Amino acid sequence: MRLFWEAVKGLRVTARHLLRNLWKFSLYYVGLSKDKGVVTLEYPEERRETFPRVRLRHRLLRREDGRLRCVACFLCATACPARCIYIEAEEDPDHPLEKKPRQFVIDLGKCAYCGFCVEACPEDALRMDLHIPELAEYNRDDLLYDIEKLTKP
Amino acid sequence: MVWAIVKAVVVFSWALVTVLYITLLERKESALIQDRIGANRAEVLGLRLNGFFQPFADALKMFFKEDYIPPFVDRPFYMLAPLFALVFALVPVGAIPLADSVKIGERVVSLSVIGSNVGVVLVLSLLSLGIYGVILGGYGSRNKYGLVGGMRATAQVISYEVALGLSLIGVLLVFPSLDLNEIVHMQNRYILGGWVPRWGIFLQPLAAVLFLIAGMAENKRVPFDLPEGESEIIGYFLEYSGMKFGMFFVADFVEVLLLAALFTTFFLGGYNPPYLFPDGFHFPWGGSWLLSPVWVRVVQFITFNIKLWIMVWFLLLVRWTYPRYRYDQLMDLGWKNLVPLSIVNIIITAGIMAVIK
Ligand code: SF4
Ligand code: SF4
Repeated sequence: MRLFWEAVKGLRVTARHLLRNLWKFSLYYVGLSKDKGVVTLEYPEERRETFPRVRLRHRLLRREDGRLRCVACFLCATACPARCIYIEAEEDPDHPLEKKPRQFVIDLGKCAYCGFCVEACPEDALRMDLHIPELAEYNRDDLLYDIEKLTKP
Repeated sequence: MVWAIVKAVVVFSWALVTVLYITLLERKESALIQDRIGANRAEVLGLRLNGFFQPFADALKMFFKEDYIPPFVDRPFYMLAPLFALVFALVPVGAIPLADSVKIGERVVSLSVIGSNVGVVLVLSLLSLGIYGVILGGYGSRNKYGLVGGMRATAQVISYEVALGLSLIGVLLVFPSLDLNEIVHMQNRYILGGWVPRWGIFLQPLAAVLFLIAGMAENKRVPFDLPEGESEIIGYFLEYSGMKFGMFFVADFVEVLLLAALFTTFFLGGYNPPYLFPDGFHFPWGGSWLLSPVWVRVVQFITFNIKLWIMVWFLLLVRWTYPRYRYDQLMDLGWKNLVPLSIVNIIITAGIMAVIK
């Protein structure tokens, strides 16, 4: 008998959730209230605010005159625990004292999003502040992000 | 003959559409209980209506999924099992009276497909035949987990069959007929000065609870879902895919519909709303509102659906509230609680009937 009342109590809890959410969501659905009552975020239309410190997709920065800030020093590639940064350096013809990357590829399929590359960079050329979480491709090769993709998010 | 076919088509399409929407209700209700929204993306012509078309999308998906038959299965049994499960769940629905029978000339046409005068026995026997689908599915798929699921289901259903039948005996003592339509008629009288209808749930509250619990166990859904046991053995439909799995799935929901319909018929006055008589409403406070026979049938059908949906709602609420029983607890509940209680119920009812007579 006691068990029976406990069972009824359980039903009351679920029924309360059901009715409260039904009421709130119905009001929301017909536009009478802003409060949804449920925790669901309907993802492609609604997204959660990302935190300012969040580390997501990389980008390469440019200087004022439009050249890449990166000087191909390989510090990021060295720091990278996943070894997913591939850099080929070349001389910068306009600025004989500087190098610049001929190729700069980050394999985001391997990247661990640790942010060490950003920390290591002496030129502040690399940042991870794009706040774009989507990173799904049909092809692994599409996850190789080169200069083109890294500068134009 | 023609009538029978027409009735069969109408009633079974009603049943299948209802079942489709029971699946939607299940998704939505579980979602709201868990503070979610639930499926709402299916779109027809840019209309979403918060998931109104979802069941059709689900059905289409089931139809077009690959139907893979593992090479090691026992083909005849494997193929028959989903059919058995679905047919024996669906046929009893035909015995449920959806509205009062109609007199056309000399003939009395009952508004259920099988207007049998032993409807109760028919429904119970067909219900127990449904277990063949499960056991054949478990056995035919030649898979240990499937077999375990099938065995569990058999043991469970057979033991709860007893409690189910015994709890109905009390009802049959109060409403002495095996004709479902007749039982509904007998519930349309009023007690306590004509205010309270003589529904089964008021005359036989204990039987109602027992019937509900035993019926849920027959249904093989949470909290009695040991045959499926999603987290450990998956159960008797482990090797099924595509539409064959879909048939098991639909059979599950048809059983929900059937249980709700049976409960409505036995305990909630069937298709009759309170105070509706064959010629219209007669209220105990004096007023009356006369209706033509056709309108009475329409009101009855609508009432039946409303009661049905309330019961379905309750069953789903139960399903999303409790965790699963352990196997020995299940057997304890069946044999040591439900069966004795239903026998006590029979004795008490019989005693009271004898005293009244
Ligand atoms: S975030 Fe970490 S793993 Fe990813 S590229 Fe930078 S250093 Fe490598
Ligand atoms: S550490 Fe910075 S400057 Fe050096 S190669 Fe990497 S991105 Fe370029």
